[in-house]
Amino acid sequence: MADDPVIRIEGLYKQYKTAAGPVHALNNVTLAISPGEFVAVMGPSGSGKSTFMNILGCLDLPTSGDYFLNGADVRLLDKDRQAKLRNDVIGFVFQGFNLLARASLLENVGLPLVYAGVKKGERDKRSMEMLESVGLGKYPASFPNKISGGQQQRVAIARALVNNPRLILADEPTGNLDTKTSREIMDIFTKLNREQGITIVLVTHEEDIANYAERHIRFKDGLLISDEKDAARSAGGRA
Amino acid sequence: MIGPMLSEAWRAMGANRMRTFLTMLGMIIGVGAVILMLAIGQGTQYLVNQSISSMGSNLFIIMSGSSTSGGLRMGMGATPTLTLTDSEALGELSGIAAIAPSAPGVAQIVYGPNNWSTSVMGTTPSFLTVRDWKLASGYPFNDSDVRSATRVALVGETVVKNLFNESENPIGKTIRIKQSPFIIVGVLAAKGQSLDGRDQDDTVLVPVTTAQRKLFGTQFQGTVRFIMAQATSAEAMPAVEKSINQLLRQRHHIQEKGDSDFQVRNLTAIAETAATATKVMSYMLGAIASISLLVGGIGIMNIMLVSVTERTREIGIRVAIGARRRDILMQFLLEAIMLSLIGCLIGVGLGIGGAGLVNQITGMTVVITINSIVVSFFVAAGVGVFFGWYPANKASKLEPIDALRYE
Repeated sequence: MADDPVIRIEGLYKQYKTAAGPVHALNNVTLAISPGEFVAVMGPSGSGKSTFMNILGCLDLPTSGDYFLNGADVRLLDKDRQAKLRNDVIGFVFQGFNLLARASLLENVGLPLVYAGVKKGERDKRSMEMLESVGLGKYPASFPNKISGGQQQRVAIARALVNNPRLILADEPTGNLDTKTSREIMDIFTKLNREQGITIVLVTHEEDIANYAERHIRFKDGLLISDEKDAARSAGGRA
Repeated sequence: MIGPMLSEAWRAMGANRMRTFLTMLGMIIGVGAVILMLAIGQGTQYLVNQSISSMGSNLFIIMSGSSTSGGLRMGMGATPTLTLTDSEALGELSGIAAIAPSAPGVAQIVYGPNNWSTSVMGTTPSFLTVRDWKLASGYPFNDSDVRSATRVALVGETVVKNLFNESENPIGKTIRIKQSPFIIVGVLAAKGQSLDGRDQDDTVLVPVTTAQRKLFGTQFQGTVRFIMAQATSAEAMPAVEKSINQLLRQRHHIQEKGDSDFQVRNLTAIAETAATATKVMSYMLGAIASISLLVGGIGIMNIMLVSVTERTREIGIRVAIGARRRDILMQFLLEAIMLSLIGCLIGVGLGIGGAGLVNQITGMTVVITINSIVVSFFVAAGVGVFFGWYPANKASKLEPIDALRYE
């Protein structure tokens, strides 16, 4: 069971209707991602990688084709079940951090637990542990606008991790950060992947960021054009 | 789940205090107006009901024919046409519970160094029954007092206040009415104002025969100005009115087409008209005030719609990390309900304060019932749910990718 793919996609199509006619954002994509993989999704803008990520995150549905997340056929789930699946299985990290401005850092981290129905005492305890693990344990009552971008992204990572997800979906997580901070964030991801075996799928257009990953998927015009595994690093990662 | 939602709603309201206050102001004014208007309306109703019950129930007043056109009645236009024997005959009718012939007049009353001009009413003991009038102390005069025209009197509260010291007990004292000495046998309980604003306690009751013979001697023996009659029930009143007319016309030998030399008035019907009028008035006041409540609700809906649009991205984030439709719905609904309930609480306070102020300044009677507070509270909560539903539902139906992309 543990080696069943976290993500299995077969013959996936996604079309958008626009004024200029249908646009094929994804064209017959088939792939599987196993537990513990660290995957970088790359491609120029308009290549379909964002659509791909939205579908992976159950934020959007494919036009046709199958998508199994953690063994569940996403197309058969209603919106509320999709929400529960996101809550249970996926942790999101966004380019723009997407923290709630009016909530304290601790509350931001604990938000997925609110929707999972975890009681306040337990929620605060787990959120605090997560904040500490990303090095922000000193400021639980602070607010997002009082800390730096790198720190905000760490809070976002803590939030993504608080419900013990199997999969982290990161959409250009270092896009708004400087090189040094980017490196710190990527080190956190690498550590999570190696030490806890969390599957990570990361969208980026920067090669040096993509190099942290062990597998590289490239999209162009809605097509999956390459899927390369870095064997050495993969072996190292599994050790 | 509800805890974080409440604190989130509270925070959202605190994020833009001026806007929150202005939104609430609609509810505050609405609820305040409803409470105030209901208080004034119910105050008026209370006053009217009080004077109605002070008048007595199921009441007819039979006026003698001062208004009858002349000629036919041998030039007796303004002369009393009702007599004590008329009254006795009416008392025999079925459907009449009590009857009180009344010969009123105005006289100067003297006690010691004090004197007071008041209305003196000659009547029978059943007057007290008809008017539903109790005694504060002493005893009423009885039928034998009426038969022998004794000089006894029942005095009203106002008369007592004007003639006697506070420490003095008027019972057994002798007063002079038009020079004749009368012994006070009882003091009437206070009744307050009548429907037309007269002080009902400014009166003295004496046996009708005493009034006729010793106070206001008329040229026609045994006549009275009017007769009060009480029907046994409200349902019996139309039939009783008919039989009174029939009997009196017969007794007064009036031809089939001739005008009556008396007039029967249904006092209870008049009073009920007044009661209905005030009731309608208080409903109308409430209805007009409710419109401002409605406007307040629309204000809440408007601001909630703005709030949903402003927080589209936040909704997207929440949905992405696992919020279900009903979580989003509840969050915005709670905020709308909180807005309207807090507005309502302030409004209730304002309404009560305003009613007190109206009472202080104008002396108007205001009645605030728990009912009106409870009702406006539930209405406010209802307004919150009703007008909060649409924006909250809109928020809960946002597509997560659209919401997340929203700038």
